[in-house]
Amino acid sequence: MSDPTTTYSFLLGRFSLASLPLNEHIVVVTFVVVALLGLALLGAITYFRLWGYLWREWFTTVDHKRVGIMYMVLGIVMLLRGFSDAIMMRLQQAMAFNGSEGYLNAHHYDQIFTAHGVIMIFFVAMPLVTGLMNYVVPLQIGARDVSFPFLNNFSFWMTAGGAVIVMMSLFVGEFAKTGWLAYPPLSGIQYSPDVGVDYYIWALQVAGVGTTLSGINLICTIIKMRCPGMTMMKMPVFTWTSLCTNVLIVATFPVLTAVLVLLALDRYLGMNFFTNDFGGNPMMYVNLIWIWGHPEVYILILPAFGIFSEVTSTFSGKRLFGYTSMVYATVCITILSYLVWLHHFFTMGSGASVNSFFGITTMIISIPTGAKMFNWLFTMYRGRVRFELPMMWTLAFMLIFVIGGMTGVLLAVPPADFVLHNSLFLVAHFHNVIIGGVLFGLFAGMTYWFPKAFGFRLDPFWGKMSFWFWVTGFFFAFMPLYVLGLMGVTRRLRVFDDPSLQIWFLLAGFGAFLILCGILSFLMQIAVSIMRRASLRDVTGDPWHGRTLEWATSSPPPDYNFAFTPVVHDGDAWWDMKARGYQRPLSGYKPIHMPRNTPAGLFLAGFSVVLAVALIWYVWWLAAIAFVGLLTTAIGHTFNYKRDFYIPADEVAHTEGERTRLLAAQV
Amino acid sequence: MGKLVSKLRLFALLPLAALLTGCNFVVLKPAGDVAEQQRDLIIASTILMLLVIVPVMVLTVIFAWRYRHTNKDAPYDPDWSHSTQLELVIWAAPLMIIICLGALTWMGTHLLDPYRPLDRIAPGEPVAKDVRPLNVEVVALDWKWLFIYPEQKIALVNEFAAPVDRPISFRITSSSVMNSFYVPALAGMIYAMPGMETKLHAVINKAGAYQGFSANYSGAGFSGMHFTFRGLSDADFDAWIAQARASSDNLGRQEYLQLERPSENVPVRRYGTVDPQLFAAIVNRCVEPGKMCAHEMMAIDAKGGLGLAGIDLMRLHYDKTVRRGAVFGPTPSYLVSICTIEEANAALDQSAVLNLPINGSPILGAGLPRPSFTPLPSPRSTWLLDGRRPQRS
Amino acid sequence: MTTALSTAKVEQGATIFHLAEDHHQEEGSSTLLGFWIYLMSDCLIFAVLFATYGVLGGNFAAGPGPKDLFELPLVALNTSMLLFSSITYGFAMLTMAQGRVAATQIWLAVTGLFGLAFLSIELYEFTHMFHIGATPQRSAFLSSFFTLVGTHGLHVTFGTIWLITLMVQVGRYGLIAANRRRLTCLSMFWHFLDVIWIGVFTFVYLMGMLR
Repeated sequence: MSDPTTTYSFLLGRFSLASLPLNEHIVVVTFVVVALLGLALLGAITYFRLWGYLWREWFTTVDHKRVGIMYMVLGIVMLLRGFSDAIMMRLQQAMAFNGSEGYLNAHHYDQIFTAHGVIMIFFVAMPLVTGLMNYVVPLQIGARDVSFPFLNNFSFWMTAGGAVIVMMSLFVGEFAKTGWLAYPPLSGIQYSPDVGVDYYIWALQVAGVGTTLSGINLICTIIKMRCPGMTMMKMPVFTWTSLCTNVLIVATFPVLTAVLVLLALDRYLGMNFFTNDFGGNPMMYVNLIWIWGHPEVYILILPAFGIFSEVTSTFSGKRLFGYTSMVYATVCITILSYLVWLHHFFTMGSGASVNSFFGITTMIISIPTGAKMFNWLFTMYRGRVRFELPMMWTLAFMLIFVIGGMTGVLLAVPPADFVLHNSLFLVAHFHNVIIGGVLFGLFAGMTYWFPKAFGFRLDPFWGKMSFWFWVTGFFFAFMPLYVLGLMGVTRRLRVFDDPSLQIWFLLAGFGAFLILCGILSFLMQIAVSIMRRASLRDVTGDPWHGRTLEWATSSPPPDYNFAFTPVVHDGDAWWDMKARGYQRPLSGYKPIHMPRNTPAGLFLAGFSVVLAVALIWYVWWLAAIAFVGLLTTAIGHTFNYKRDFYIPADEVAHTEGERTRLLAAQV
Repeated sequence: MGKLVSKLRLFALLPLAALLTGCNFVVLKPAGDVAEQQRDLIIASTILMLLVIVPVMVLTVIFAWRYRHTNKDAPYDPDWSHSTQLELVIWAAPLMIIICLGALTWMGTHLLDPYRPLDRIAPGEPVAKDVRPLNVEVVALDWKWLFIYPEQKIALVNEFAAPVDRPISFRITSSSVMNSFYVPALAGMIYAMPGMETKLHAVINKAGAYQGFSANYSGAGFSGMHFTFRGLSDADFDAWIAQARASSDNLGRQEYLQLERPSENVPVRRYGTVDPQLFAAIVNRCVEPGKMCAHEMMAIDAKGGLGLAGIDLMRLHYDKTVRRGAVFGPTPSYLVSICTIEEANAALDQSAVLNLPINGSPILGAGLPRPSFTPLPSPRSTWLLDGRRPQRS
Repeated sequence: MTTALSTAKVEQGATIFHLAEDHHQEEGSSTLLGFWIYLMSDCLIFAVLFATYGVLGGNFAAGPGPKDLFELPLVALNTSMLLFSSITYGFAMLTMAQGRVAATQIWLAVTGLFGLAFLSIELYEFTHMFHIGATPQRSAFLSSFFTLVGTHGLHVTFGTIWLITLMVQVGRYGLIAANRRRLTCLSMFWHFLDVIWIGVFTFVYLMGMLR
């Protein structure tokens, strides 16, 4: 907090010891725990001499499978952070009654709900979705890698860089206290003069670059790298939904980038885009951010729809019902998602005609979504439904998501929105669709493709524990919020007057506790599965009787994915191959052309993070150095013309021979 | 045995039922006609949607159970994946619902448009011809609510009232950041935004005290930003007004600037008199003496701005919070009003930090030929709207 | 793709499920598509800036408007610099197609010079406006003007840096396939900026003077 005449230190900008939250005990304890765990991890890596391995095989990798796995790890780590924010909020709201202030002051609490939203959307859901797409799409279309392997590595590190910036805000300075979309004027320099909003802006900008580039990459991959015979209408549904999602990413993230640049210009240069005076207009920001924000919801849910399609069809042992209408429904949703953004602010006073237009377009989206729901239903019809974990997640999704869909359409009726907007009903609604839709989809996808990625299945017992904890936890945590919403309770409140509300917050808190058990069971599931990997081993590469190409290769797939480029004759390519008695070729291997690993992406992202942190703290000399470093590394990288190599035929023969032996031993 | 189990299950539901009846579902049981219509719309839409949601949920369970892989009696048809009739149905069913819901939405949105003056105070009770709505001006401050009664010439902080069955017409704005004005028992919410005015029309049908609050997060003191709304009988309302009038406090511009400063959990405060131009000044962001009003600025802008002469600024001498400018921007500043010269001069006198020489004559100068123009004898802040802007010769 | 498929079919005489020969993805075969998609995403950034200018461009905050600030002859000169640079880039591409390294380099150099001239004139215009006090902080109109035009200028700056880099690379490695591909990308980028500038010239400068 400083007056207008403040001058900043040249060396450290506006950083000082006072920027460290040393008086916030929770943060200090967290820091100590995180630091100890971090040191232990670093120590372990050093002790087991893993640095070289990690550097060569993971950090610098351009293999889409490894990049995909790194995305998943990032998403799961950030889930822990995002969830600890959630449980802290639940605790605060359950406590702060009868004159109690709870245990969090406004300064702390306001950061927590902002960070929870930002982290869950940008650094949990996005990396998990991108990771799955990255891993699965090239395999499903019979490709060796994505179109731009280096760019893929760079995109990942930018996303990770954004996450690093957000995590840093926990211990150095503070995060935004504005809500997850940082509406001005509150997020302007006048009302948020501290570093929080700057952390927000630069974390999202750095991660946003990664997301946009990975979107471009996957679009090109899907359009250009499909194996022979795979026409657009023979693509697996997950690939279709990934295509639509990435089109949405490329068509909306630039809007986010631009609007955050404008906010940054307001904050740094004193411009007047969203200020109250001098002709600025905060409503412009609200419109622009939701033009990105609404499609973002579909960026998350579409891949989940794709996962459910794959899972339903596989575990029903049956072709997906209505493939064509599924594809058209996806495309419809993609287009319509641009025409609904205003339903996030019906209460801003647009006219009745504008409001009802956007309300009705929103409802129209439920038509293709409803059609999809029926398609999954009729995929089960006359099938043989196996209740393995991915299918259980899918069934839970089908039962829970429709409730969220219903409340969503309800909120799209403007007069209903006038009484439910910004209420806990709204909070319950979007958690209902994001947990019941996106997260359940991601869990289904993770359990479904885990054996592909690692060669062994996930332990079903702990998986089922996680499943039941999540499902019951969901009902306990969010049904009370629906009820509270109907009692006119709004979101982001820190303390309450009406003691009759407390019981509902206690219930919701209990739900959060169940979800905590669900997350712990999930981690347990991974740990147990790794320990019991011998008994969970799958050597066939096709543990679920899959239908699409990724199941045609070994688990985990070799670096080159397929020894021979597959040729596709049917939508369910692998099912078709199995049905027609396909024999795996055992000879005639050729050298395979592959991209070479490079650390340039890591360096570029590293410089971007330094640049961002320097800008957040007004350390101009560091910003200049980081910028020059960024530019030089980028230019230097273009002088590297040797970006590929060949895997010799012998090596391919050796790898494939190993697999032949394993398969023979299996029988 | 089975019966016992089902009875036990019912018992298990009892606490939940008790919980539900013990609560005040204000959104479902409001006390105002507008909120009641909104509630009806919620219920109607929910029933409409349940028409398709319930079958889907039931079918999900039935299909999943009937076609479980252990049930070898169920037919298995692994290649059945298309049926034109069925697909027509599955697209048509949601479409039909959405057509109905869309029609409902269109009508409901227009009928319940918050900007539309009420035409009824209850079902079947149109607004009487001679009844004029009660005007209330609402300002969201950091972090409390200011209510101005322009006709009764009183103002209150964190409490307002209205007579039962008389339409209320709200004009809403905010002093600094976005808020949302919401009295769940009365009517839906509408944003309160700085520099802008939103409107809301509503009526309260039952006497009582209701809670209202900001429904849009607005900073540290947001949680305590609630107020009481009283629905009163005509007699009680008059007494309530008289009580406020009895207060010797006056809410003028200076008092407002004091009040506007951030404060939390503010108790009810009453002002017996109020500056009649205050609300207009707040909306136009020119409560500070000498600051140019937004509507003046817009009128000037509509005519192409003030040219290079308009570049000069006046330093902001009033610092509301820890307001600070951007690191590379100018210090916080505002435009000098060019029309209320007396006020500008007054500001000049009051403020020690002004560093720009201010000429009492209209600022069109700074190197440009002055127009042959004398200010109107009585300064009116809207003179530019009258099209009497001096032409540059 | 299809020819490989049909020959494979003929050879084996039955439905085949894989290609015997390695299905060689042409090095950089997706680059032009990818770069095109990137340009479209960049175009969206400009779309947002244009929209912002459209909404806020009339909010002078009682300050100067376009008529007080813009000098059309200067902007016309500036426009011609950028248009000429596009033409000379076209010549560079033609000579590249003929495989003439020296001629390509000369045309690239000329393009770069035009680009620099454009930037200098723009910088002159900006400093002039700063000098008379029309800074981006003065009004929402000036904020959106400087941001839109400045973002375009930044793009041209980075395009110029890229152009110089490519000249070094062509000088060092010749017109190899990778360099040709990069030159094509830069060509798309450069013409894209030209199109954006025509939008800026029309909507900001010409319409601003008419308003």
